[in-house]
Amino acid sequence: MADAPTPEPVPQLDAEALKARKRRNLWLGLALGAFVVLVMVVTVIRLATGTGIAARM
Amino acid sequence: MTELAAIPQKRYASAADYVNLMKPRIMMLVVFTGLAGLIAASGMTGVHMHPVMAAIATLAVALGSGAAGAINMWYDSDIDAIMSRTSTRPIPSGAVPRDEALALGLIMSGVSVMLMWLASNWLAAGLLAFSIFYYGVIYTMWLKRATPQNIVIGGGAGAFPPVIGWAAVTGNMPVDAWILFAIIFFWTPPHFWALSLLAHKEYAKVSVPMLPVTHGAKATRTQILLYTLLLVPVSLLPVATGLGGWIYGAVALGLGAVFLAYAVRLVRSTAGDADAQGADMKLAKTTFVFSIFYLFALFAAVMVEHGAGLHFPLMGG
Repeated sequence: MADAPTPEPVPQLDAEALKARKRRNLWLGLALGAFVVLVMVVTVIRLATGTGIAARM
Repeated sequence: MTELAAIPQKRYASAADYVNLMKPRIMMLVVFTGLAGLIAASGMTGVHMHPVMAAIATLAVALGSGAAGAINMWYDSDIDAIMSRTSTRPIPSGAVPRDEALALGLIMSGVSVMLMWLASNWLAAGLLAFSIFYYGVIYTMWLKRATPQNIVIGGGAGAFPPVIGWAAVTGNMPVDAWILFAIIFFWTPPHFWALSLLAHKEYAKVSVPMLPVTHGAKATRTQILLYTLLLVPVSLLPVATGLGGWIYGAVALGLGAVFLAYAVRLVRSTAGDADAQGADMKLAKTTFVFSIFYLFALFAAVMVEHGAGLHFPLMGG
């Protein structure tokens, strides 16, 4: 039986790099969440005021 | 390029680095003039956007401006690393990788245009997309390193926000919206050339053909005066069409006279010359700072008149 290939070593991040990555992921998550909320708000307002996309074309 | 850029030291980006990547000071001006266009459109036509939609449209303009800024910083990172004024920017300082800046710029471009379309209409969204392309590609990639007319033609990019704001409300672009465009368009050369009189050695170092580098400081000072002479009558056009009332007219006339006085003093000075006096260089800086105040004041007058019910037209209304 052939030997299993040796896995590539995973690069180790220092504490500061991990902290920076966590911080960036948090901001990205918040930005994505804000975008979803904005689209939802626009949809609700359009439905409530009766200004659908077809009316704007 | 005449010098090799220093290899940036690796450091981890903070939220402030990402904010700086979006050129927040330009963004403030863009948002302010865009908002003025939006408010003026409502005041002139009686058509009102839902306040939340107006806020989202304004956010879209801000994001679009930030996207264009990030694309500009991605493309210009090589020369930014050499000029001392820009060497601390997020990419040359090593905080944000170039590819990440480009990705951020492109994603934000898409998001901003989509938000604008959702909040208003396809015309405003299309104009926003074009203005990002204008700044990120036409100015940054094609004009900036190619011609001393770079900021004259490129100034069009920064002039779009009031037209976008107007289109977001009404779905069209009347003459009044284009007058607001013209004010920013003719304001950009004297504003930017006043700065370039102070920083022309930096531009020469990276072979960017700003006017003082290619034609000298004297020609630049003359051009500042000529564009200011064009700007002042253009700034009074809103009074003729009825877009601007008493308040706007007084602000445009008074501050226009001051701007013109600065331009005349500048043309008589040695600002930007090799043997320039300290007082003359200070005059160039004061002119630059005043030009920012001037534009804010003009658009603030438009906002006050149409937003606070103080619009009393002298003509055209």
